Amino acid sequence: MKHTLSVLLQNKPGVLSRVTGLFSGRGFNIESLSVAETLDSSLSCLTLVTTGSDAIVEQITKQLHKLIDVIKVTDISESEYVEREMALIRVKAENTTRAEVLRVIDIFRGKVVDVSPKAYAVEVTGSATKIQAIIDILRPIGIKEIVRTGTIAMARAPK
Amino acid sequence: MGKITGSEAIIQCLLEEGVKTIFGFPGGAVIDLYDALMDSDVNHILVRHEQGAVHAADGLARVTGDVGVALLTSGPGATNGVTAIATAYMDSIPMVILTGQVPTPLIGNDAFQEVDIVGITRPCTKHNYLVNNAEDLVPTLREAFHIARTGRPGPVLIDLPKDVVASMVEFSEKKPIRMQNYQPTYEPHLGQVEKACKEILKAKQPVLYVGGGVILSNSNEELTELAQTLNIPVTMTLMGLGGFPGGDPLSMGMLGMHGSYTSNMAVAKSDLLIAVGARFDDRVTGRIDAFAPHAKIIHIDIDPTSISKNVDVDIPIVADCKHALAAINNWFVSCGQDLNEVGATHSEWIETIKEWTRKHPMAYADEGEVIKPQFVVEKLDELTGGDAIITTEVGQNQMWAAQFYKFNKPRRLVTSGGLGTMGYGLPAAIGAKMAFPDATVIDIAGDGSIQMNIQELATSKQYDCPVIVCILNNNYLGMVRQWQELFYDKRYAATVMEVTPDFVALAEAYGAVGFRCDKTSEVEATIKKALEAVKKSTVVLDFRISREEGVFPMVPAGKATTEMLLV
Repeated sequence: MKHTLSVLLQNKPGVLSRVTGLFSGRGFNIESLSVAETLDSSLSCLTLVTTGSDAIVEQITKQLHKLIDVIKVTDISESEYVEREMALIRVKAENTTRAEVLRVIDIFRGKVVDVSPKAYAVEVTGSATKIQAIIDILRPIGIKEIVRTGTIAMARAPK
Repeated sequence: MGKITGSEAIIQCLLEEGVKTIFGFPGGAVIDLYDALMDSDVNHILVRHEQGAVHAADGLARVTGDVGVALLTSGPGATNGVTAIATAYMDSIPMVILTGQVPTPLIGNDAFQEVDIVGITRPCTKHNYLVNNAEDLVPTLREAFHIARTGRPGPVLIDLPKDVVASMVEFSEKKPIRMQNYQPTYEPHLGQVEKACKEILKAKQPVLYVGGGVILSNSNEELTELAQTLNIPVTMTLMGLGGFPGGDPLSMGMLGMHGSYTSNMAVAKSDLLIAVGARFDDRVTGRIDAFAPHAKIIHIDIDPTSISKNVDVDIPIVADCKHALAAINNWFVSCGQDLNEVGATHSEWIETIKEWTRKHPMAYADEGEVIKPQFVVEKLDELTGGDAIITTEVGQNQMWAAQFYKFNKPRRLVTSGGLGTMGYGLPAAIGAKMAFPDATVIDIAGDGSIQMNIQELATSKQYDCPVIVCILNNNYLGMVRQWQELFYDKRYAATVMEVTPDFVALAEAYGAVGFRCDKTSEVEATIKKALEAVKKSTVVLDFRISREEGVFPMVPAGKATTEMLLV
């Protein structure tokens, strides 16, 4: 099962390497990882998507928590949450396909952020499934390059 | 206090933490620190290889429970220590390792003797630091000691750039350390304790499975009280030996791959396994689905990651073993039941256990004048009254020591359990002897392992730190040879030591005393001579043992622990 973990950690050199080293050393899987500092600049928030049985994810959570520089680990996929990912996609946009590309971008509420004679660079945000959907649609037209941020996520506030 | 040099501050911190002896090896990056050490009250032991320094500090830590400290230079000095750091990490030994580093402006430039030791040791330390700023030096040292000795203990490494150590720093007053992100759980959850106790009351065939956590938390008395009050048989892991008196009728000895028949059968038949400070290591469990198949499992451990890591646990108790066992004992005292009666309900179970031991005791075949290694260990036990500090190397020698020496007290067996590091025994013996100068310290060794750190004989000579090195010499890398005999058609690939030094002559070359013995009838006299001679000098004993003797019982890798090969 897929789990999205939100990890609060010290914003110090080497901390990210402790986290990734833990995953590689213990054979855990990282699907995506995204990290940046929080409101408090001494802390970073890391969103990590991993897959595994409940027992493995419990071990991952406990092992992460054991790292001295890790402050808090939450499996936010256990309750309601929102997730977003951003992708930059460079897609072929020649005379014959340009209109089609624009239509697709519009449907996915994307934006063209770079234009060249033969291609558009498109910015699109959404859940990982939505990003995958636009990739699937654009692929037959011709994707030249793609960069994704990996998922970031936040638990929904209690109602 | 005003400003002092970084070196002086480090020494002040060591003294403040109660460190009397450190082990190390100098080099360019730590020369300032060595200069300051020369006039300080910290006793420095110069080893002959950095691995020896860290093992010696580890040995000291294991016998005392204090934090062991080693000081290494940058680059190769630090990397030479890595095996020993990993050794301490696997066995949860409290240590602080100080390594020199090139000056901060040179870090990352591939400077002479530069290595990213913080990066290298990240997976084998509890935590580590690179001190980039002089003002962080003192707080980092204090935090390192705090982390090393609290919670599940472990080694902490501090990398010290030369310019930071040479700079002037403020030596502030020590305040209690509070870390937002590190707060180990010492006190057990009382609801869990009650659940566990009720389960213990119900059990007909309970077994206490005791690991190194009992030694580390000094909870042998609480454990003994629980076992004896409720008449519960006890089995111990290699790291747990001495946590419960080996000579007590309730002791079943070690369990697992080379555990006693009784221990493995008892675990397999038990209806309740009470794991205390143990981690269900593969050498203990054998085939995991066949481990304690009928038992409910209670697991006490201070490290939440140990719980349900390998085996699903029914009642976890995250706590320090000492606190948890005390809480359990208290619960029973006030539970209103007649505890003698509860204990009596286990008598049939105890009878079954005794029957197993009668049928299959720890044993070995007699070969007349050909020396049996087990006999040597039995004689060591007898002639030292079971009261020596025994360090071991790794392999057959280690298992024979664990099987045939009766450890009646904790912190008497000093062995590399988790990592299984050959070359551990001699430097660890020196560390132990430094801590307890009046103790008899014996390194039970093999002819293979001892050669991995034999240079430390010079250290023992230089510091007048006499220990006995008891080599069970079979001219083989015996444990691997045993596997080859049993599972690889006796193809002894790379396990025959075709050249072995003359250990007696080698001992003499290092200024120690050496005795050789190749007859069973002379074993006792040889050990007596050694026990006399060690009062003045390190002694190397070269016992020429039965060459192809094996360690039994043995559970082949991947088999259930009841599928033992017996003598």
